[in-house]
Amino acid sequence: MAEATHTEVHRHPAPTGFIRKYIFSIDHKVIGIQYIMLALSAVAVGMIMSVLMRVNLSWPGTHIKILETLFPQGAPGGVMTPEFYLSLVTMHGTIMVFFVLTTAPQGGFGNYFLPIQIGADDMAFPTLNMLSFWVTFVGFIVILLAIFAEGNATIGGWFSKLGDSFAGGSGTVGPIGGWTGYPPLSALGKIAGPGQGAGVNLWVISIAIFCVGSLLGALNFITTLLNMRTRGMTLMRMPLTCWAWFTTAILALLSFPVLLGGGILLLLDRIAGTSFFIPGGLYVSGSLVPLHNGGSPLLWQHLFWFFGHPEVYIAILPGMGATSHILSTFARKPVFGYRAMVFAIFAIGMLGFFVWGHHMFMSGMSPYSAVAFSVLTLSIGVPSAIKTFNWIGTLWGARIRFTTPMLFSIGFVSLFVAGGITGLVLGQSSLDFFFHDTYFVTAHFHLVMGVASIFGMFAATYFWFPKMFGRMMNEGIGKIHFWITFLGVYAIFVPFHAMGLLGMPRRYAQFTEYEFLKNSHSLVLFVTVAAIITVVAQVLFYFNFFWSIFKGAPAGENPWEATTLEWGIPSPPPHDNFAGIMPTVYHGPYEFSVPGAPNDFIMQTDGENIVADHGGGNGGNGHKH
Amino acid sequence: MGRLLGIAIWLITILSVWMFVSGRWWFPPAITAHGPAYDRQFLITIIVVGISFAAAQIGLGWVVWKYRDSGDKQRATYSHGNNRLEVIWTVVTAIIFITLGIMGQRVWASLNLTKVPAGAYTVEVVAQQFSWNFHYPGKDGVFGRTDPNLIDDSSLNFVGLDDTDPNAKDDSVVATLAVPANRPVELVLNSKDVTHSFFVPQLRFKQDLVPGMKIHVHFTALKPGKYELACAELCGMNHFKMKAYMLVLPQNEFDELVAMPQEKFQARQGELLNKYQLPTY
Repeated sequence: MAEATHTEVHRHPAPTGFIRKYIFSIDHKVIGIQYIMLALSAVAVGMIMSVLMRVNLSWPGTHIKILETLFPQGAPGGVMTPEFYLSLVTMHGTIMVFFVLTTAPQGGFGNYFLPIQIGADDMAFPTLNMLSFWVTFVGFIVILLAIFAEGNATIGGWFSKLGDSFAGGSGTVGPIGGWTGYPPLSALGKIAGPGQGAGVNLWVISIAIFCVGSLLGALNFITTLLNMRTRGMTLMRMPLTCWAWFTTAILALLSFPVLLGGGILLLLDRIAGTSFFIPGGLYVSGSLVPLHNGGSPLLWQHLFWFFGHPEVYIAILPGMGATSHILSTFARKPVFGYRAMVFAIFAIGMLGFFVWGHHMFMSGMSPYSAVAFSVLTLSIGVPSAIKTFNWIGTLWGARIRFTTPMLFSIGFVSLFVAGGITGLVLGQSSLDFFFHDTYFVTAHFHLVMGVASIFGMFAATYFWFPKMFGRMMNEGIGKIHFWITFLGVYAIFVPFHAMGLLGMPRRYAQFTEYEFLKNSHSLVLFVTVAAIITVVAQVLFYFNFFWSIFKGAPAGENPWEATTLEWGIPSPPPHDNFAGIMPTVYHGPYEFSVPGAPNDFIMQTDGENIVADHGGGNGGNGHKH
Repeated sequence: MGRLLGIAIWLITILSVWMFVSGRWWFPPAITAHGPAYDRQFLITIIVVGISFAAAQIGLGWVVWKYRDSGDKQRATYSHGNNRLEVIWTVVTAIIFITLGIMGQRVWASLNLTKVPAGAYTVEVVAQQFSWNFHYPGKDGVFGRTDPNLIDDSSLNFVGLDDTDPNAKDDSVVATLAVPANRPVELVLNSKDVTHSFFVPQLRFKQDLVPGMKIHVHFTALKPGKYELACAELCGMNHFKMKAYMLVLPQNEFDELVAMPQEKFQARQGELLNKYQLPTY
């Protein structure tokens, strides 16, 4: 950024006290790291739960000592009960979707790098930014409380003082309605069985709090991106990461309020005797349910999936942005079809609002609307295919440097294809007659919104870690981590398709009751072994992450020879990013291997005539599409 | 590293495709009139899916193998893309995907967008945590009145049948579903507590049972036999064993069965459950 035109801006001074600096910080970089730490904690809980689930499916009756100590009722003698298993299913899903896949990609990396990449000194509303993190954090505490309110008779006892509908302590580790929480099961309260007491109330409250936090964040992202771009940073010069975070923020802004509304209505049904989702004349656990009438279980499903489908894209779009960015950097090539990539991100985001009904083909909604939802769903495959094509196009004719972030980005592309392509099966209303709620669905969404998104975040972590902490992560450990994880996730989730073909339903605590599932034993066992190996390998990542913060090799300003604004400032960046001197942008974000340029990369802040000055031809003067 | 990664991606592709084509893990054979059309649509779809999957992965593996940086200081090709290729690719995928989507409505339309065929036999299905009730109208062919206020599981009135209604006299409420072979069946689906889902893999059919709604569906089963009916929507702790059997009976056997009064009906179903075997898996 040597000869950039400098602009003085107003600077707010760096905080000095520990609390203002690291805890209640309004610096977007600190908040970004806080979100990442939150996700790292949440994902550990979610992974442990998935291992417990696999153990229960493969070796029913296993004694696990610690479970007996923590949850004496849900796991008497350390053996999981079916309801305990279902509460693991529910908590695994909720924690992963909300507190991992929604926090790290957007709140974490988006918070840290969006302002820097557009040349801003902070978010538009720093205090709001701090609030959005702490609100989300409270949501996380509440979801953890849900585990113990249901799981532990003592803690459950404290909650029952709040009234009958808060009585918990059923011995499960939380609610057992799945992360989708379909009423009436989730709305009726304790009468509907174990895991329907205080835990569900806390679960709904946690999600509602999370919605508020995400909304605040979304407002901030949109305002910052539209108002605070530095001189020369036109929309079409923004890195694709920024486009992805921007689109994600719009999705969050439009979808979280709907879930918030739904969550409030569900809570009212549970504690205030309303009937938004509970129809009349129900007969549950041996008695008629009094006082409820006129509610619709399908209303919840519509509200939930109106949020839930965009949520899938909230999880994966930032991963797409990071992947595009990292592929280009280590391919040493401009992104293939930048403009098409921008349109594809937007198309995916917008189409994502018109397809929620494909989760509900079998729900009893109008079969005519299913036709519309189905055809629209298949059309979402088109922008997804554009992105895949362009990623491979970006690598065509490249000079690929196989760093760890690059490996994870290539892994992202592979997994996105593997998971996304089965949407062509599940998006067809006809084929859902068999596949709806089978493991085929579980395979699809775990690959595409689960592990593909996580691969995007692994790539982002290895890529931006040097900027965030001023030190490199260890490449050797990173590569071992990549190989085990890449092969591991395929070994876990590809066999799920085969289970789906056998007709195996999701959310079954055991597969022992049905003859048509008996051929699945070897598959189930194979997946369990693969899952345990893969989860254990994540220790490498945690170790690498925390060890490198203190002991990693010093990174320098631009270790990857990358082009965007964050690589022109010190690692880690100073308090207000550009030390009060705002950069001016002259080039597009991906000017790699420009003929005639002095290096194989032109930074966005390099002088306008860098190629001509160097005696080269044209081509470096911004880029034309 | 590039070569290794390329090979790994190709191996994953081969193994994944093998898992589908080996035939070791496949649907149980279909037994409904719409079954062959369903299986054909799935086969077409999975072939398109397989080809797209393999093409993308092989392509990815190829560029990763081929375009690694060999350290000779050469620069990558400078290109911002190719609009013509982009347009061709977009149009081709749009045509394929949307055609597939439209084709994928045929089986759906044949079952869910058509009226119940004339001559269909109707059974009312009432699901509850964690069992199934099948309500037959008896000899008169008319269902007796039901009322949630009359439901009493402890006295075995699971669906709230009104004994004072003359039409209810010959009704049967049983725990096994019996349907005639080669004759359309209409199910009227309802749940008395939470949402459940009716799923018989061999039927290629599934439908949620939603409290407060009576959902009418129809299909025609062809092959007599005994099949497992599973709940496919999370309904509580014992969801995984909310199981019933479905008997598909030849017309004469079926007619004889449904004309019986409740107790004989149940006893006869017990015999039939022993007579027919589950398919071998």
